Amino acid sequence: MFFSGGRVLSLISTYWGFDPGMRSRILTFIIVMVFWFLITFSIDLQHAIVGLLLAFIVAMSGVGDMFAGKAGKWLSARRYWFFVLYVLIFLKEVAKANIDVAYRVLHPELPIRPGIVKVKTDIKSETGLTFLANSITLTPGTLSVDVDAENGIIYVHWIYVKDRNIEEASRLIAGRFEKVIKEVFG
Amino acid sequence: MIEVIAHIFIIAGIIFDLLGCIGMVRLPDVYNRLQASTKCVTLGTCSILFGVFVRYGFSAMGMSALVCIVFLLLTAPVAAHALVRAAHRSGFELDEITVCDDYKDDSDLRT
Repeated sequence: MFFSGGRVLSLISTYWGFDPGMRSRILTFIIVMVFWFLITFSIDLQHAIVGLLLAFIVAMSGVGDMFAGKAGKWLSARRYWFFVLYVLIFLKEVAKANIDVAYRVLHPELPIRPGIVKVKTDIKSETGLTFLANSITLTPGTLSVDVDAENGIIYVHWIYVKDRNIEEASRLIAGRFEKVIKEVFG
Repeated sequence: MIEVIAHIFIIAGIIFDLLGCIGMVRLPDVYNRLQASTKCVTLGTCSILFGVFVRYGFSAMGMSALVCIVFLLLTAPVAAHALVRAAHRSGFELDEITVCDDYKDDSDLRT
């Protein structure tokens, strides 16, 4: 048998071990297929064929190389636990953000004191910085304006500036997420 | 019962969307307005979509709503970030009650 199951498996593991480009493509293919089946939510033949075709095109176009580059780290269970922790912290902060903004908007005197401050971070990886900036945008009264990846500085528009000092501002704004994001994406 | 829970989520979402719109009108400049619109509209819309999921359960519509929540949470901050950065670069003034602008100071140093 030329295409026995064992042979296919060894073929996949060969690519998985030695070719990072093919590895990220296989990962992209799987992720796109999962999203396709979630959106269509039917497992008949027509949907499956179209989904396979589209997922193949997307995977081979190389879009996935951006985020699935270090595919080896996808197998570490510790990161998934920290990701769950991150999601929980994130949801709590999003809820707080909304109550905070609702309070400021409905208060007759508009209690705001806006300004752009600098926040320092140790996170170096691009994915980590993206997630940190996104988290900052969705948390109470802060909105990331620009990221200086070389120096690890995020410029943040703060609706009520409590402290202009860079250390204090970093602790207040990024401190909630930094450790967890470092564990997951660092 | 499920209908009631779904409607509570949808009504809460509409209220948060409304608050975001009020914020857009009341707050002074681009930056503060984006703060209100990004946060409130993201949670409001996610809440409406979650209500749809509760109502329709694990069907095509419900799952699409869940997937939409994920994509909304990933893309809304990026859009806000792009807008606010473009506004700052094209020279929109911050309102006069602003206390500090470290971004402007630093970019003055660089050029």
